[in-house]
Amino acid sequence: MGASDLIMYEEEFQKIKEIISKLRVDANANVVFLVDKNGQQIAATGDIESLDTTSLASLTAGNVAATDGLAKLIGEREFSVLFHEGEKDNIHISIVGGKVILVVIFDERSSLGLVRLRVKRGSDDLGKVFQQILEKTERERASGKSTFESPFAEITDEDIDALFKD
Amino acid sequence: MSFINYSSREINCKIVYYGPGLCGKTTNLQYIYEKTNPTAKGKLISLATETDRTLFFDFLPLDLGTVRGFKTRFHLYTVPGQVFYDASRKLILKGVDGVVYVADSQEARMDANAESLQNLVSNLQDHGFDLKTIPYVLQLNKRDLPTAVPLEEMLKTLRYKDEPYYEAVAPKGIGVFDTLKACAKQVLLELSKK
Repeated sequence: MGASDLIMYEEEFQKIKEIISKLRVDANANVVFLVDKNGQQIAATGDIESLDTTSLASLTAGNVAATDGLAKLIGEREFSVLFHEGEKDNIHISIVGGKVILVVIFDERSSLGLVRLRVKRGSDDLGKVFQQILEKTERERASGKSTFESPFAEITDEDIDALFKD
Repeated sequence: MSFINYSSREINCKIVYYGPGLCGKTTNLQYIYEKTNPTAKGKLISLATETDRTLFFDFLPLDLGTVRGFKTRFHLYTVPGQVFYDASRKLILKGVDGVVYVADSQEARMDANAESLQNLVSNLQDHGFDLKTIPYVLQLNKRDLPTAVPLEEMLKTLRYKDEPYYEAVAPKGIGVFDTLKACAKQVLLELSKK
């Protein structure tokens, strides 16, 4: 399972946050967030105080996984865009670089057309950053040393027991 | 697939509860949810049918505290146990870091246990995982029932490798946290090997 772990570094994390913040402004959206396909939230921006972003992330990933399953059943590789329309708020979900899920929540102050247009540009930028992360992680694996000390390299039984102490 | 964020100093891991229909996977999560400090847990989400059978998954995010300055967060999922939900079950195993297998101790469910375990092995393989190497804990649930099969017999049928096993009565919480802890421990130790 090691080869597929997602590791986020400070530099790329900042870039990602900048891109999604810009996307939120450009698309006139309320919230923009990024989730990996397993349901882990990567970054979020906008009016997230009132939102349960952890649940949103998990349900989004479940939604995308189910839709992927549907796509395969009819012979498609994936449905790269999902759109849910509500009375006031709408959710636009798209896949970036086949790996990451980009979610945009917007209301009547924006429109599906505008969101689609901005998401396309934002996705290209995000795709490049995730490619960088991938290359960086690969490089570090290949060289056998990490620029960051793994926080878990010397984890002890006591550390783990401490987590479960109430 | 754990997600390590060096920027926000967080680590997220995924544990999936697997097992045949009505074995008590959701009950495990409900007990953990009830007994966990409100600041350490998120909402328990259950995508269930009108009769409270799991349709897609249950989800419970749990903050366990910090290890070496990293916030450690576990995402607990259950799968739908009923045989015909196999496509959904497979989806949930995506990116799993550790598996808890919940077996139903009733004699009448022994075939279902064995079938579901076999299903776990093959669904894991489809995602490129091997049950022999992935962090794994066996929970023998419903030990309080009069029809419960003796422990040795259950272990003989269901033990897959030298995984830790726990006898449990999930609604009363017996064995529930022991099981979770054993699985979380293996997941964290696995991370330390990388």
